[in-house]
Amino acid sequence: MIEPNELEHQIAIERKLYEQKEYQDLVKKIKPKVPVLRNIIGAFLVGGTICLIGQIILDGFIAWGLTARAAIGSTAAVMIFLGSLATGLGIYDNLAKFAGAGSIVPITGFANSIVAPALEFKSEGYVFGLSSKMFLVAGPVLTFGFIVSVIIGLIYYLIP
Amino acid sequence: MTYILAFVVGGLICVIGQLIIDLTPAKITAAHVLVGYVTGGAVLSALGLYQPLVDLAGAGATIPVSGFGHSLAQGAIEAARTRGLMGALSGGIEATALGVATAVVFGYVFAVVFRPTG
Repeated sequence: MIEPNELEHQIAIERKLYEQKEYQDLVKKIKPKVPVLRNIIGAFLVGGTICLIGQIILDGFIAWGLTARAAIGSTAAVMIFLGSLATGLGIYDNLAKFAGAGSIVPITGFANSIVAPALEFKSEGYVFGLSSKMFLVAGPVLTFGFIVSVIIGLIYYLIP
Repeated sequence: MTYILAFVVGGLICVIGQLIIDLTPAKITAAHVLVGYVTGGAVLSALGLYQPLVDLAGAGATIPVSGFGHSLAQGAIEAARTRGLMGALSGGIEATALGVATAVVFGYVFAVVFRPTG
């Protein structure tokens, strides 16, 4: 035997579930779908082009007479310079809208992650604004990078 | 040929990052992508898996930030072998000092010189 108030309670639960489902369907309908293919093409073209520019600079340094390692380091420095400049000029952030990860993953994206917050927080002063906020993203990158590097160094030191 | 390889491999490394952003349910930001690539590149490099990619694609493998991780790992390994414990601690940072210094100096200068847009 079902008590009358128990039935009422069940109906209330059913109704709530139905309304939740209806709401989720609505969210699914309204929420824009991620244009996966378009994003892949953008990331591939822009990321590939940045690496191609890097290869031209790298070949230039090697033709100049630098060793492979020095040429790789110098190329990274030049690309960081170009990425910082493009961010300052406002070009890089427009590129990022089309390129997604194609503008984040190359080393120019690392430069962008330093200059963009530095510019944004400049109004809060040069110490606690600009030079503090420039490490908003670079800080975690360097922290994790250096920690992993030291761990790898220690492993190679302990295991000959 | 080196240019085609740099373009294709560099492009594909970026596509992997795009797929991670688009297809994982978690909220992945640019900071997560950069941290993941640097640490991932360092680990692959320590396992000896990144150098073949550099040999194949040149800048296509060194320009993505996973190449920064590769420099960190190789610097640490080489210094640990030649200079022991001190080398193990300082090698990675020494190998990437040029890039870090450039990023900090130019990052500061351009942020001072330019005005924020938008």
